[in-house]
Amino acid sequence: MKMTTLNSEKTVGNYGSIKRQNIVGTFFAMIFFSALCILTALPFITLFIGAFRPGQDLVRNGLSISLDWERMTLDNYKFLFTGRHSYFLWYKNSFILTVIHVSLSLLICYIVSYGLSMYAFRLRNILFFLVIATMMVPFEILMLPMYVEIMTLGLVDTLAGVILPGLCSAASIFFFRQYMTSIPKSLIEAGRIDGANEYRICFSVIMPNVKPAFAAMAILSAMNTWNAMLWPLLVYRDAKKFTLPIGLNTLLTPYGNNYDLLIAGSFFSVLPIFMLFILFQRYFIGGMTAGAVKG
Amino acid sequence: MKKNGVTGFLYSWKVAPYVFVLPFILSFSIFWLYPLVSAFRMSMQNILPGNVTFIGLENFSRLFRDRTFYTAIGNSFLYMALTIVLLIPFPLFFAVLLDSHYVKAKGPIKAMLYLPALTSVVVSGIIFRLGFSEMAGSAANHVIAFFGHAPIRWLSMKGTTFFALLLICCWRWTGVNMLYFISGLNSISPELYEAAEIDGVSKAQKLFYITIPMLKPTITYVVTISIYGGLAMFLESYMLMNNNGGPRNIALTIVGYLYRRGIERNQLGYGNAVGIVLLLIALTINTIQLATSGTLKQNRSST
Repeated sequence: MKMTTLNSEKTVGNYGSIKRQNIVGTFFAMIFFSALCILTALPFITLFIGAFRPGQDLVRNGLSISLDWERMTLDNYKFLFTGRHSYFLWYKNSFILTVIHVSLSLLICYIVSYGLSMYAFRLRNILFFLVIATMMVPFEILMLPMYVEIMTLGLVDTLAGVILPGLCSAASIFFFRQYMTSIPKSLIEAGRIDGANEYRICFSVIMPNVKPAFAAMAILSAMNTWNAMLWPLLVYRDAKKFTLPIGLNTLLTPYGNNYDLLIAGSFFSVLPIFMLFILFQRYFIGGMTAGAVKG
Repeated sequence: MKKNGVTGFLYSWKVAPYVFVLPFILSFSIFWLYPLVSAFRMSMQNILPGNVTFIGLENFSRLFRDRTFYTAIGNSFLYMALTIVLLIPFPLFFAVLLDSHYVKAKGPIKAMLYLPALTSVVVSGIIFRLGFSEMAGSAANHVIAFFGHAPIRWLSMKGTTFFALLLICCWRWTGVNMLYFISGLNSISPELYEAAEIDGVSKAQKLFYITIPMLKPTITYVVTISIYGGLAMFLESYMLMNNNGGPRNIALTIVGYLYRRGIERNQLGYGNAVGIVLLLIALTINTIQLATSGTLKQNRSST
């Protein structure tokens, strides 16, 4: 598009005026997007500033961007890192949950979508239809029966109870399958001729070629697990097992130094995902938008 | 290659695909089909500890006379409609503008607008709940004080509560939807625009006759996820209000009502009846939307 614009400028012969038009356009577009970016950043800024205000002050005044230098304090962070509270227990629980969930879920989703994309077998289309069907029913509708099921299976308060229902994620299977359609089937034939069995081909021949899909799904799945609230809230009753979102939610009652911890803790809980995002930005966006175009 | 017994059977390439898809079949049956069937079964039961009785459609007939349920449906529909009104045209416009050659530093802008999507509902709920606090020092009251208005109790009135809910939603999803549209824009062949330029087509015509029609699959996708997300909204309201639903149920949603009945009051039968109605509503709206947008027809002819 850029090329054609340049060409037409030359042929028309009023290069200067079009260029000026571009500069004016750029000027207004940049002002517009700067304003949009600042608006988007505001809630983060209030959170960042709020973490330096005493909890009692927040209870009395709410959260805002006003800077009151005299009352700014590092006490909240001091309390976060040295005080007696369960914050880092929640942090650890969330971290363990995320690592286990992501690694198991990716492995399983990869295997399933390998089966669905690399073989032509009788049930394939039906199974793929079922994968899509699971996406048509919102999780919230299955929440109650699944909760009863987990109780019956004796999985309340266990990591298995939180992880098992979400391991086989339709979205991840779908994404892997889309990625694998670009991998030539001849790789499998070559593997077979070399005498590798079907499972070896899956893990040693094809898997290395699917690395970018793993990266994209790992990041997306890590973010979702780290932020998950509803299902862990139902499965975990023991306060020692709470994950970060559940724990932070329990701090929303203005007793003791809850609010001291709440804001600093909220800010600190977002940091790992921000870090992942900064390091692996392209995978975040690639993984997320993959479903939209083909839809 | 040939092996005997079980190993030989499992290693054959006719059996291997079934081994690969086995985890899905298990997960599908245990954590989708079974709960879905249970939801239908439980919605027709009265469930007390140790005493389950079949009561047919009684839960549903009670539900259809339940005023609170209608409040919840009204709130969810209002939320869904407003999120679609806000989260399709604006992100689409931002995407078209951001994709144009006027804008420099596209990467940082995209990253900044996407950033809110990284926060959990819990953290964003905490920020907005305290920012919309009724105290004079809260961010929202600061803003209206600037226009000379006295502090208001934001989260006690329906209008202002919905404003806060929609603000959370727009804050978190504008960037995401914009990125969906940008990836849709990138899949449009530049030749179409070149051909149009040769024919002397104006910018507005290009937008309405090329860009938007070519973005149809993306728009359909975003509308679909917005319908589901809007109808199934719960945590945002749960986090923003002090309790599930707020004063006089001003922010009670369908899933909020399901949660209240099923979990908070332990009425699993009634709660599941709410879930079944929600499922039927979601599937109906989705089918209508896909049929009117022509996606179903397209799929049938292409496969």
